[in-house]
Amino acid sequence: MRQLKAFVKKEFLHVFRDSRTMLILLGIPTVQIILFGFAISTEIRNMDLAVVSVQQDEVIRRLTERIDASEYFTVRKILHSSDNIEKYFRDGSISLAMVFSPGFADEVFSPEGSVVQLITDGSNTNTARAAAAYASGIITMELSSGATAGQAGIQPNIKMLFNPQMRSSYSFVPGVMGLIIILICAMMTSISIVREKESGTMEILLVSPMRPLVIIISKMIPYMVLSIVNYLTILLLSITLLDVPMTGSFWSLTLLSLIYIIVSLALGLLISTKARTQLAAMLGSGMVLMIPVIFLSGLLFPIESMPRIFQIVSYIIPASWYIEGVRKLMIEGLSMSMVAKEFIILSVMAVFLLAISIKNFKLRLK
Amino acid sequence: MAIHAESLTKRFGNFTAVDNISFSVEKGEIFGFLGANGAGKTTAMRMLCGLSRPTSGKAVVAGIDVVKDPEKIKRRIGYMSQRFSLYDDLTVSENMTLFAGIYGMREKDIADKRAAVLTRLGLYDERDMLVGSLPLGWKQKLAFSVSIFHEPAIVFLDEPTGGVDPVTRRQFWRQIYEASERGITVFVTTHYMDEAEYCHRVSIMVDGRIAAMGTPSELKASLGAGTMDDVFYMLARNAERIG
Repeated sequence: MRQLKAFVKKEFLHVFRDSRTMLILLGIPTVQIILFGFAISTEIRNMDLAVVSVQQDEVIRRLTERIDASEYFTVRKILHSSDNIEKYFRDGSISLAMVFSPGFADEVFSPEGSVVQLITDGSNTNTARAAAAYASGIITMELSSGATAGQAGIQPNIKMLFNPQMRSSYSFVPGVMGLIIILICAMMTSISIVREKESGTMEILLVSPMRPLVIIISKMIPYMVLSIVNYLTILLLSITLLDVPMTGSFWSLTLLSLIYIIVSLALGLLISTKARTQLAAMLGSGMVLMIPVIFLSGLLFPIESMPRIFQIVSYIIPASWYIEGVRKLMIEGLSMSMVAKEFIILSVMAVFLLAISIKNFKLRLK
Repeated sequence: MAIHAESLTKRFGNFTAVDNISFSVEKGEIFGFLGANGAGKTTAMRMLCGLSRPTSGKAVVAGIDVVKDPEKIKRRIGYMSQRFSLYDDLTVSENMTLFAGIYGMREKDIADKRAAVLTRLGLYDERDMLVGSLPLGWKQKLAFSVSIFHEPAIVFLDEPTGGVDPVTRRQFWRQIYEASERGITVFVTTHYMDEAEYCHRVSIMVDGRIAAMGTPSELKASLGAGTMDDVFYMLARNAERIG
C-alpha cells in the first residue's frame, strides 16, 4: 500500500510537471468541443436569402416574414425577377433563392397546387441540401398552419426525432467523448510506460520489490482520474455551451464511460508492451486507435452507410460501441436495459484486453 | 557470506550466456565483476537480482535462494544502473522519498533519514531542485545514495560510472568505500580497468565463464602483468564472443 501511494504520487508529479502534457490533456477536450460546436458545423445559421416574386401578395409576405424570423435565414433581397440571381450567388450576397411562381397565392388553394422553386449553391452540397430542407420545412409548416389551411395534395411531414433542430452537436458530442478518452488513456498510458523503459528507470523498478501489477495500476490511476475530469468537462461544456440535453441517467452514462476508460487503458498498456520508444508508442496509438476511431466508429460517418467490410471492422472498435451507447443514453434518453448490448460488449472487451496486456507485460519482464 | 553462486548457468535456446560459474562474495566486500560486452556479466547479475531464473545451478543472495524466492531478494538488495536511475522531473528529495516508499519504508523514517543523507552528501540546499538540472557527478552521487537508502545487504552497481570524468569517478569510489565500511556488500560491473584496481577482489568473465578471480595484485602477479588493463587484455583477447 505504501508502495502504491508513493508511486501514484510520483505519476501525478510527472503529469503536473509536464506543462505541455497538461495543456494537451485539458486543452484538447475544450478546443474540440468548441471547434466542433461552432466552427465545424453542418447546420446553417443566418443564411443569406433572396425572395423572388413577380407580385407581392399576402401569402408571400407572410412566408417571407416567417423565414426571416427563423434563426436559419436572413432575407437580404426582395426581387421581382430572377434575372440577376446568378450574379448575387456569384458575389456571395445570397446563398439561397426562393422563387415564387406568378399567381402563387391564388394557385395555393387550387387542386393543382402552386410552385415555389428553391435555388441553392450546389458547390457546397451538404449546406445546400440542409438549407433546402430547412426552407421547405418552413414553407410547408406555414402553409399547413391554420391561416392558410385547406390546400390540396399530400404534404410530407418530416419529423426529426431526438434532434428536432438538426443540431450537429448532438451527433458529435458522443464521438468527441469517445475520441478524447481513448486519446488520453491509451496514448498517455503507453507513452508513460515506454518512457520508463527508454530512460532506464523501468529496470530499477523491476529490481525493486514492486510487483508488476502494482506498477501497472499506479501508472493507470492518474490517467484514469484525468479522463474522468475530461469526461465531466466535456459533459458540462456540451450541456451548458452547446445545449445538448442530458436526457438519460447520468450514472448509467458514467458507468459506461468508466468501462470504456478501462478498455482504453488496457489498449494503452498493450501498445506499451510492443513499442520500444515514446515516438513509436505515440505513432502506434495514432495509427491503431485514432484513425479508426475518427473514421470508422461512426464519429464522422454513419456506420450503416459504410461498405460491409468497414462495418465489420467498426464492430471490433471499442469506440463504436461506446459512442452508440452514449447516443442512446444521453440523446435518446433510453434506459440502461436498452444499452445492455453496449455494456456487455465493452465489458467483455475490457476483461479480454486487460488479461492479454497484463500477461504480455509480465512475459516481457522475463 | 553475502553471495554464494554454485554452477550457475543460463541458457537461451542453444546459446549459453552464463556457463557454470561459481563464486562467493564476503559481507562488506567490494567485488568487481569484469568482462567484455557479451561476456555474460549482465545475465549473471540479473539472475543474482532475482530478475531472471537460472537454467541450472544455485545461488544464495543475502541468505535467500534466488530460485525459490526471487521476490524476497528484491527487498534486501539495492540496484543502480549505468543509465540514470533517477527521475529528472522530480526533485532531489522527491526521488529519495519515492524509492524509499517503493522499498516500503515508513514516511516518518524516510523524512529523518532523508535529512541526514542530504546533509552528508552536501545536497541539503539543493533538495528542492529538479534532478534534471543537477550536474552529472551530483546525479551519480545521489543515485548511489538512493540505491542504498533502504540499507540493503548488497548493492548491485551495473557500470555505474559510464560517461563520467576521472575526478568524479574517484569521488564516487570514495562513496563506495564508505558503504562497504558500513557493512554493505558491493557488487560492481565496470569497463574501466583503473576501477578494477579499487576492488577488493575481481572476477573476469570470458565467453560466459569465469576466466580468473582474485585480488587485483594476485591476478597481476599470476599473469606477470603490470596493470589490470594488461590482465584483462591477456584474458579477453582469445574470447570468441565480442559484443
